[in-house]
Amino acid sequence: MAIAQATIDSVGEATDKYKYGFVTEIEMDRAPRGLSEDTVRFISAKKGEPEWLLEWRLKAYRHWLTMTEPTWAKVGYPPIDYQDSYYYSAPKSDADRPKSLDEIDPKLLETYEKLGISLKEQEFLAGVRNVAIDAVFDSVSVATTFKDRLEKDGIIFCSISEAVKKHPELVKKYIGSVVPYSDNFFATLNSAVFTDGSFCYIPKGVRCPMELSTYFRINASETGQFERTLIIADEGSYVSYLEGCTAPQRDENQLHAAVVELIALDDAEIKYSTVQNWYPGDEEGKGGIYNFVTKRGVCEKRAKISWTQVETGSAITWKYPSCILKGDDSVGEFFSIAITNNRQQADTGTKMLHIGKNTRSRIIAKGISAGRSQSTYRGQVRINAMAQGARNYTQCDSLLIGDKCGAHTVPYIESKNRSARVEHEATTSKVSDDQLFYCRQRGIPQEDALTLIVNGFCREVLQELPMEFAVEAQKLVGISLEGSVG
Amino acid sequence: MNILSIKNLHATVDGKEILKGIDLEIGAGEIHAIMGPNGSGKSTLSYTLAGREGYEVTQGEVLYKGQDLLALLPEERAQAGIFLAFQYPVEIPGVPTVTFLKQAMNSVRKARGEKELDAFEFKKLMDARLKELNIVNDMVRRPLNAGFSGGEKKRMEVLQMALLAPTLAILDETDSGLDIDAMKVVAEGVNALRGADRSMLVITHYQRLLDYIVPDHVHVLAGGRIVRSGDKSLALELEEKGYADIATAAA
Repeated sequence: MAIAQATIDSVGEATDKYKYGFVTEIEMDRAPRGLSEDTVRFISAKKGEPEWLLEWRLKAYRHWLTMTEPTWAKVGYPPIDYQDSYYYSAPKSDADRPKSLDEIDPKLLETYEKLGISLKEQEFLAGVRNVAIDAVFDSVSVATTFKDRLEKDGIIFCSISEAVKKHPELVKKYIGSVVPYSDNFFATLNSAVFTDGSFCYIPKGVRCPMELSTYFRINASETGQFERTLIIADEGSYVSYLEGCTAPQRDENQLHAAVVELIALDDAEIKYSTVQNWYPGDEEGKGGIYNFVTKRGVCEKRAKISWTQVETGSAITWKYPSCILKGDDSVGEFFSIAITNNRQQADTGTKMLHIGKNTRSRIIAKGISAGRSQSTYRGQVRINAMAQGARNYTQCDSLLIGDKCGAHTVPYIESKNRSARVEHEATTSKVSDDQLFYCRQRGIPQEDALTLIVNGFCREVLQELPMEFAVEAQKLVGISLEGSVG
Repeated sequence: MNILSIKNLHATVDGKEILKGIDLEIGAGEIHAIMGPNGSGKSTLSYTLAGREGYEVTQGEVLYKGQDLLALLPEERAQAGIFLAFQYPVEIPGVPTVTFLKQAMNSVRKARGEKELDAFEFKKLMDARLKELNIVNDMVRRPLNAGFSGGEKKRMEVLQMALLAPTLAILDETDSGLDIDAMKVVAEGVNALRGADRSMLVITHYQRLLDYIVPDHVHVLAGGRIVRSGDKSLALELEEKGYADIATAAA
């Protein structure tokens, strides 16, 4: 309750529309514009990668050339010219990459301060906020905090570039094991040109003592961001991972095509939370991030993966965090809030593939549409023939604000096992004038009232977020909906 | 100066005139009852005073403490001390009652330039009111009005009134949907909130509520006008003769 209140109180303070819309002036090192084998080689060389990884990238690139962009999602956008973008952009040349926080360009640190992530403070006040952070600025990871503390438990938390160098056996074994390089148009592109991202390994039986977090920031113009995250939870381990993202306010559209792979070995649990707040474009739909993301996890025996996402940003969101429930008795969960306003379009949902016996999945998706936006829930539940006793429960609720927006629910359910049980519930409602008037009659101003009602609608999902993110997410709900009533 | 001064108030809903010239003066600490048959404009009057959208004032004026009430937004009226106890309190799923109450309280305090209450201060205040009104704690932890019984919803309205301490409380058919026991409980709550600096406008169809909340003045509303005014004995007379007689006699 205290959190909910603190948050609601602070919603009123957030007056500017997109407060992360600033640009940091910093010296950049870029690959030449456009995409070719040379670009792929350039990126790989910049990162000093081993031969096998370059080969893997090139395989992906060649495969990508044979693919066409998918069109099945309910989103519309002008064709993307993949040759008109930069694929590598780094704050400093690799030679003088910072070794510690003291060497980081103060402007970069300032940027993170503005974002509310004080890296320095993180190091000094260890234990106070208790979140280890990996910060990714454009294409490279700039700082990871709390490394020493984590190393005591044998936890590896670093940028994926660093992991390639220091833990090549782990990276080689697992990269592409859940999302193969040939998976889909955007994932394949990512495999070819991914620049950085976070890597995390939790050893057997270890419960990670703090939340691990990555903040992604696109800064450079005309630059795509292609990060790759790989999380491996070894047998019986637990980790909670948070991901946040923002971008400057620009007139152009920028492409973000990330891949996240989660591996939960026997009895492990991964909780993955995202608060996605990329720049959504202006009221007329000018600018904004195209967010095409592939997130998937595999659960071995009795393992559990929970995806929680709060999607408020991006001009276009195309994203389906999924679980492959391979091991018997494994559990997959998906909790989602997708808010669209103005001209935003979101097509998001999940896939739950039940392969093992007695696998269980739960999907709670809340879509909120305002302005002229369109929001689609697209989800697939597939029960394989061997998945004896599998269970799924899906609940999709849509809330409409105003009469020019749309909400759509597209569930695909496929069961090949007669003992499986699949439930699907869907509701659509509007924020009623009765509710708004009731709140206003109690002295609550209209926009605050709307935020309160929408937060109530999302409560089941907000409760799934780690505390600090819940507060941020509730604020975001208010900011995202500004100007949608009255 | 009176707390509320309504002069020749005309109001339309969906283009149809419902209030056709209401005149009413309410002094500080007074309790006025408005009685009337269905469709006489009782709820329209309460919504118009609270500023609900769609209730359009076409003529007349309403002064609240000497100020033009009609120029204010609904939330501004609430912040200025006008409270409407709803005939049908609205459910807000997923919003814990206590969260809602604290936000309402702090919105009002903020507008008045008072310090907002933190979680502890608010809880202390709320617990005291809960005790006075004999309301169990469990109720405020549940989502606002969601799944509440009719009696619980009305008691929640009284609790809100106790917390917001209005200058003018409008009770819109607070007795509707309540059995006699529930009505008594609610009436007791309301009576506990009577005071020299609190005026009330009690809107009701039936006389029985006025056995428990005894008014200083009773007005009969029919066809969008106040057709008769008197003291509490008028309510008894109505009970005996019915609305038909009184409305015709007055016309």
